[in-house]
Amino acid sequence: MEASEIKYQKHLAKDYKSENPVRWCPGCGDYAILTCLHKALAELNIEPHDTAVISGIGCSSRLPYYMNTYGFHSIHGRAAAIATGVKVANPRLSVWVATGDGDSLAIGGNHFIHTIRRNVDINILLFNNKIYGLTKGQYSPTSSRGFVSKSSPYGTVEEPFRPAELCFGARGTFFARAIDVDMKNQVEVMVEAARHRGTSVVEVLQNCVIFNDGIHNKISDRTWKADNTLTLKHGEKMLYGKESDKGIVLDGWNLKGVTIGEDGYTLDDVLVHDATIKDNTLQLKLALMETSEGLPVALGVIRNVDEPSYEKDYEKQIEEEQKRTPRKSFTEFLLSSSNVWEVK
Amino acid sequence: MPTNLVVTDIKQVTIRFSGDSGDGMQLSGTLFSTLSAIFGNEIATFPDFPAEIRAPQGSLHGVSGFQVRIGAKDVYNSGDKTDVLVAMNPAALKVNAMHLKKGSIVLYDTDSFQKKDLDKAQFTTQDPFTELNLNHVQPIGVSITSMTKSSLEGSGLENKEMLRSKNMFALGIVCWLFNRPLEIADKLLEQKFSKKPKLVEANIKALTDGYNYGNNIHLTASTYRIDPMESSKGFYTDVNGNTATAYGLIAAAEKAGVQLFLGSYPITPATDILQELVKRKDFGVKALQMEDEIAGITSSLGASFAGCLAATSTSGPGLALKSEALGLAVMTELPLVVIDVQRSGPSTGMPTKSEQTDLNQALYGRNGESPLVVIAAASPTDCFESAFEASKIALEHMTPVILLTDGYIANGSSAWKIPVMSDYPDIKPPYVQNHFNGDAGEWKPFLRDEKTLVRYWGIPGTAGYMHRIGGLEKDQLTGVISSNPENHQQMVNIRKQKIQNIARFIPEQEVMGDKDADTLIVGWGGTYGHLLEASLRIRAKGKKIAFTHFRYISPLPKNSYNLLKNFKRIIVAEQNNGQFADYLSSEFPDLKNIHKFNRVEGQPFKVSELIEEFTGIMEGK
Repeated sequence: MEASEIKYQKHLAKDYKSENPVRWCPGCGDYAILTCLHKALAELNIEPHDTAVISGIGCSSRLPYYMNTYGFHSIHGRAAAIATGVKVANPRLSVWVATGDGDSLAIGGNHFIHTIRRNVDINILLFNNKIYGLTKGQYSPTSSRGFVSKSSPYGTVEEPFRPAELCFGARGTFFARAIDVDMKNQVEVMVEAARHRGTSVVEVLQNCVIFNDGIHNKISDRTWKADNTLTLKHGEKMLYGKESDKGIVLDGWNLKGVTIGEDGYTLDDVLVHDATIKDNTLQLKLALMETSEGLPVALGVIRNVDEPSYEKDYEKQIEEEQKRTPRKSFTEFLLSSSNVWEVK
Repeated sequence: MPTNLVVTDIKQVTIRFSGDSGDGMQLSGTLFSTLSAIFGNEIATFPDFPAEIRAPQGSLHGVSGFQVRIGAKDVYNSGDKTDVLVAMNPAALKVNAMHLKKGSIVLYDTDSFQKKDLDKAQFTTQDPFTELNLNHVQPIGVSITSMTKSSLEGSGLENKEMLRSKNMFALGIVCWLFNRPLEIADKLLEQKFSKKPKLVEANIKALTDGYNYGNNIHLTASTYRIDPMESSKGFYTDVNGNTATAYGLIAAAEKAGVQLFLGSYPITPATDILQELVKRKDFGVKALQMEDEIAGITSSLGASFAGCLAATSTSGPGLALKSEALGLAVMTELPLVVIDVQRSGPSTGMPTKSEQTDLNQALYGRNGESPLVVIAAASPTDCFESAFEASKIALEHMTPVILLTDGYIANGSSAWKIPVMSDYPDIKPPYVQNHFNGDAGEWKPFLRDEKTLVRYWGIPGTAGYMHRIGGLEKDQLTGVISSNPENHQQMVNIRKQKIQNIARFIPEQEVMGDKDADTLIVGWGGTYGHLLEASLRIRAKGKKIAFTHFRYISPLPKNSYNLLKNFKRIIVAEQNNGQFADYLSSEFPDLKNIHKFNRVEGQPFKVSELIEEFTGIMEGK
């Protein structure tokens, strides 16, 4: 039975909360993510004991300690590989990875892309604060070019990774984005991520109040949020703005943000979001929209495609092989192999 | 053609098939060993091949060899020197010249001993035997290439394909020399090429024609008759060390009633373990080829967390990459079997050559105080026992276990009596629900069994035992993260004591040979066969000597010190610079009489050299 199909007991968010005191800095965006995960699991109605939360190293990776589930706080960058082992070993479990931009895109980059490529059915919560917090303020693989930090006093001279690009490049089947302060959308995408079969990547734009405060202000601050973000919903028009009067249209090969009723644009011109289409060209364009180009940052579920998941296909091979060959004990197996002779 | 060959020692014979890495020497060697084992001989094999898949044809560094020793009984290793060398080209002759016994037979392909071939092997004259001072051997030149071609004329095969059967023509001659029944070889070929009937036909034809050729020219008649051994009753098969290791894991998972998981990454000479386990879907084995060595071990650790018998297979450089995750396994106290098929190092070293140089890495290669279990397999078939034992210890004592094998025993094979699993002990993991009977009230994640100090295994999916583990130091009872100084000291002590306690559950160390001898030979791991033979032959000369061979390295068997201190002289022989000798000295500082015998050449010990060296030390030279 799928963990998500269990219906006999209704859980509350607090059932997923452990007794451990939470130790993040006051005002840290991680608190909101934790609360959202509690809420999402309650909504999914997954048993706490059927849930495993795996993490690497960094501020984000302390999360499993605050979950009343099975949890594994591991070593830097390896959470996705550990989670792969957990899920393949027991596909019935709901497996979550809590990780950061340093953990998954620097030291753990290899596991990140290969897990996505395999499409193991796990949910990766990627906390992106564009900084190394736990080591006190070095630039990360998602910090913008020129970013000044303790390890880049003259500004960085390297381009950042954009997580969506990595995910799509690794042929990811699910990518969603949320902002730490937007709890409603966050819970929704977490629920969608859990329901998706295969690797789900949820990028949470998260604020580090100590070392990178306000890095996502342009899109998280209430003043600009409505105009600078677009919450995508599958099958719905791509509308945004305080009055929902803005929309995304296709302008040649490019996306363009327009105001409906201006410059001859009508509601009919606004694109409808299709998260399930296999060709990821448009989804990638949406995921890479930036305010600096006059476009809103896309939130919500950007891609959600159904493809076979690794652990299910692996189990299928086992089932087929066991159906094909009669079950033998180990000794029987050896006796039936080639090159056996008897000494009488 | 010499027909007057005399071979005096027919109890055991060592044969080496040697040629280009594309000449199919590994196949000839394997077939010959298997059919000899089925025929009833004891066998020990030593595939010795270059790291390059196809080195330049005829070059010295492209020579690939397969050595097999066969005998009626007491075949403990693959032999030092060869009685028969099959040399498919001059390079093979040159590379193996120093391994030839006096009077040995060299069967060579005259077609590939032409001037251009001799040039490639850097001979300066047209007479390779004289140039190599091989006046003591008996060369038998056979035009193997052209006879194979005529043998397969009309077979419908392309010229290139026909030439690939050269190895079978040569094998046919060797089968004739040793009176091997061809029916067994035919059957093995049918299995090997079951999907390519044309190749089966061609190979059997070349084999038979090679055999008949030997017969027709009366090649050394029946001097090489090796009779079947008298083994204990039962069913046998032949197995190499890597396959036996994979089997040991399967057998242990079956015994423990758990699913087997392997996370691995291809690396010479360990890859066969992965390749064997991916086939075993019939046993429900989940074997994953991961993206790197680190993912190999960490996916396994995840599977262990989720309740599997989890293992990862690698060789030295891979073990280095796994170090951090091994520390995590120590810290989280999860069962994990790490197989290190040792090869020559450091760094990439000599990938296809065997050594025992990873002992220190296994014992000490992690940050922090990080004790774990280290055991070593002694022979190809012992890989089965050792892998079973490693799994049992890991599962019952909730600890990572490093199993050290090496390239020599991993690729070498011998006859193996098929184990009857009911004879093997049970494996009982400390499941939390078995100890607390559904009542989690008393339970804490790091509550331990008082006697063993083992924590209980609470597996995700089990109601009532949710908990968090991780790499951070934890409170010794609750498992909540803690940097309390006294708690850390106690946890360091507990983790050490937990491993030491395992000494109570493993067999005592035994001594073979003369218990009242002055000298004790000490070995561990894959050198067993050579050390045993050396000690037996020293005793056969009327000298007293004792021999002990360690499987359990960390912890050592509890009688180790009392055993060792009884001898005036201890000679620790190993294929490194003295890592086990130094370990014994640090464990037992009282022992002042330790002599080291070390060879780090990437080649197996030579029994003759061992005898000479040991005798020298015994006589105070």
